[in-house]
Amino acid sequence: MKHFISKPFITGITLLGLLLVLAGCGLQTSPVADPKGPIAILERDLLYTAFFIMLIVVIPVYFMVFWFIWRYRAKGGTGEYKPEWHKSSIIEVIVWSIPAAIIITLGYLVWTYSYKLDPYKKIATPENTINVQVVAQDWKWLFIYPDLGIASVNELAFPVDKAISLQLTSDTVMNSFLIPALGGQIYAMAGMTSQLNLQANEIGRFRGRNTQYSGDGFSMQFFDAVAMTPEEFDEWVANAKSQAKPLSTVTYDQLAQPTIGHDVEYFSWVKPGLYEEILKKYARRPETTLRRHPPATTQPACEGDTPC
Amino acid sequence: MLGRLGFDSLPFYSAIAFGGASITVLGGLAVFLLVTYFGKWRYFWDEWLTSLDHKRIGIMYIALALVMLVRGFVDALMMRSQQAIALNNDGYLAPEHFDQVFSSHGTIMIFFMAMPFLTGLINIVVPQQLGARDVAFPFMNSISLWLTAAGAALVMVSLVIGKFSTAGWTGYPPYSGAEYSPGVGVDYWIWALLVSGVGSTMTGINFVVTIIKCRAPKMRLMQMPLFTWTTLCTSLLMAFAFPALTVVAAMLGLDRILGFHFFTNDAGGNMMNYANLIWIWGHPEVYILILPAFGVFSEVTATFSQKRLFGYRSLVYATAVITILSFTVWLHHFFTMGSSPNVNAVFGIATMIIAVPTGVKIFDWVFTMYKGRIIFHPAMLFTIGFLITFVLGGVSGVLLAIPPADFLMHNSTFLVAHFHNVLIPGAVFGYFAGFQYWFPKATGFTLDRAWGVRSFWFWIIGFYLAFMPLYALGFMGMSRRMERYEMAEWQPFLILAAVGALSVLIGIFCQGMQLYVSIRDREKNKDITGDPYNARTLEWQTSSPPAEYNFAKVPDVQDIDAFWDMKQRGVAYAPAREYEDIHLPRNTGIGVFLGGLGFLVGFAVTWYIWWLVALGFLGVLACLITRSSQDHTYEIIPAAEIEAHEKARIKALEAHKPTPGDFWS
Repeated sequence: MKHFISKPFITGITLLGLLLVLAGCGLQTSPVADPKGPIAILERDLLYTAFFIMLIVVIPVYFMVFWFIWRYRAKGGTGEYKPEWHKSSIIEVIVWSIPAAIIITLGYLVWTYSYKLDPYKKIATPENTINVQVVAQDWKWLFIYPDLGIASVNELAFPVDKAISLQLTSDTVMNSFLIPALGGQIYAMAGMTSQLNLQANEIGRFRGRNTQYSGDGFSMQFFDAVAMTPEEFDEWVANAKSQAKPLSTVTYDQLAQPTIGHDVEYFSWVKPGLYEEILKKYARRPETTLRRHPPATTQPACEGDTPC
Repeated sequence: MLGRLGFDSLPFYSAIAFGGASITVLGGLAVFLLVTYFGKWRYFWDEWLTSLDHKRIGIMYIALALVMLVRGFVDALMMRSQQAIALNNDGYLAPEHFDQVFSSHGTIMIFFMAMPFLTGLINIVVPQQLGARDVAFPFMNSISLWLTAAGAALVMVSLVIGKFSTAGWTGYPPYSGAEYSPGVGVDYWIWALLVSGVGSTMTGINFVVTIIKCRAPKMRLMQMPLFTWTTLCTSLLMAFAFPALTVVAAMLGLDRILGFHFFTNDAGGNMMNYANLIWIWGHPEVYILILPAFGVFSEVTATFSQKRLFGYRSLVYATAVITILSFTVWLHHFFTMGSSPNVNAVFGIATMIIAVPTGVKIFDWVFTMYKGRIIFHPAMLFTIGFLITFVLGGVSGVLLAIPPADFLMHNSTFLVAHFHNVLIPGAVFGYFAGFQYWFPKATGFTLDRAWGVRSFWFWIIGFYLAFMPLYALGFMGMSRRMERYEMAEWQPFLILAAVGALSVLIGIFCQGMQLYVSIRDREKNKDITGDPYNARTLEWQTSSPPAEYNFAKVPDVQDIDAFWDMKQRGVAYAPAREYEDIHLPRNTGIGVFLGGLGFLVGFAVTWYIWWLVALGFLGVLACLITRSSQDHTYEIIPAAEIEAHEKARIKALEAHKPTPGDFWS
């Protein structure tokens, strides 16, 4: 037994301790541990709650493993030896019922929070919500603001404390949209619309990315979600509108060509119904939506295919 | 004539690809020359390749697994070193190359390391635990082995000719479809899975039948050793889950080659069906990998605690519950696909329920140690390492089973850390424990203990160093499969993870040393009794290595730990009153040919060489007709020969005078 308490054992324990300290430091400021929006906060709290509930089982297991291997070791162990002892109804009842009780508790949390944090659920009234249509392309994100008639690439701006309601699709392979600091994640798939509702409670820039591997430019397919004051947001919109760069069918097709590490770009005008056109590209049969919700009504900012 | 195959398929486009190809070719060549030099081809063909003996087939499975473990681990080292340096730069692997590396790492580790490893252990041990002389279908067993080897060969050949898939080990369309991955990579992947998947299905069927029909006559189901129980459950899962994989891979192949639209973006294709189908196989697959390891832990804990297994019934029921539930949870792999909350919640809760029987198992092993006398054999060390490490993986698994929490963690390195945290202790440590434990049974000599202990420490420390940082990185928003990154705060964690991979490398080196030292000292470490640990189950009653027929007389089973019970009653080594002739299957090379043809067909379809595909299928037909028309597929070992052999063994045993546990004094 002495053999095992020697150098490698001590080195191992020291390294593991070091690792935990290091992980702890980096974790504190991470987007998941320190979220910036109500959805992400609830998701994190749920994660932590479940973790602490499970410690009820985990800690005794650790305690018993180390205690038993010490006490009942063949050489030098002091525990009594009962080679035929193999049954105990009390222990059986405990080891089935305590994990079961924990899972029932967690199951209740799963059920209620799955509804509470349904990514499709709107989190504010329409006047307090910014609608954005998101299109995944190789390898960038296009954000269309249907109510404002503008669009941006790789930058999702919105006023702080207002809900953002995203409709997502893909003009390429399956993508997955995630802003860890704001919470939620949803796939974007061609010919289909999925939805995600988020909100930021603090001003700041939060990194978002595609998490579903999609090819050569995948690692560079990130963007900033920028939560700003309403005044800053108005300026941001005015700036986009002043670009004299319209997003028509032609310019859209140019944009959709594969690019890696695409710079932030703004479009002063978006062809009304562009998002629906992207969806229909893939639907030689009636358009498929993931759910039978009526599609969110979008008010075209202007009529026809001309900039306004 | 050669379809898509041309000189540009050779890996002259990059130094690293060329290096990998050279090592593969030179390695293969070295083996070929060595065997030729020592003139061992006939020996290998007669005694090994054509063998239908389940023990030899098992050893060949494990040899394949160990080779593929090294290959898959080289991939892991490449990924860890790339990510350690690729902050705002491309490192030394271009995206396209890195993507092949992570795809082949996953594919190899699951299909060609874990699957052959567990199938090998099952082959060596289960018939002996049943008191049987062979599996139910020995010839099919040989076909399974060679189809698995053919799949592995397809993955290895992709290093030299053409490229491997970049679509990850699950190959999600539409990315893996013809439009976005036009090359041969995904086809290699599909055919490696199709060919080896058929082999796994047959293994499943084979062992279900073996366990149900070939047990020693008096052995009741509730007297089977736990490893046999977990094998039964795993085999059921294999038989029912692998067809789903075969179907989904074939459908993807039809999309790619014949322009079908099962999973394409347009024309009514639906990629969501693929996700469902592959995980209907994929989740049971996780338990296919883990259950046999759970069986190993049960055997090892009882043997090295020198005590009867605690809660046998609980363990059996828990295994059965896991088997059934494993088919009800697949949707948790895509909570983020936009299902409504009730669907997500149902699958989340179903997933969590699996934690209950799994937790019960952990407690049963812990209470097996309670009031035991624990011997720290390397197999036991891997088991203890499993107990404390797997619990963490279970916790992170339950966290991921909560849909809203999964929204934060899906596709992140937290997920990568989770499934490695489950599969390395839960499956790989189990296989290693089984390897250490049953090695003397398979070969006739014990493994060196000191190198085994060293390998354990480097593995477990390496594991924590490599994967705890990935948990943290998941919190910090890092996705899986990133060839480069722009967040400076990630780098220290990735360097730490690379150090962990190095530690595992040393662990693997120690395992190599252990094998080398043990083979060198094999005379000194000879296992004369066949029962080096004073163990409990029937496989320890046979000699090490067992005679071709395992048991000269069918064991008389009266208890759960049948062999232990026989030793208590003093009848463990009693000679038979009279011996009888034993029928055993005659060796045949047709399994090898079928494997070769499977490889050929896979290769030919990948490269669109259609005449070769036709030829391959004709060859398969010819093999099947030949086999069906053979008359003498069995041979008889005469009673006199058996009697001589058994008497010699009893004599050796008397000379040795086994004392319980003397291996450790």
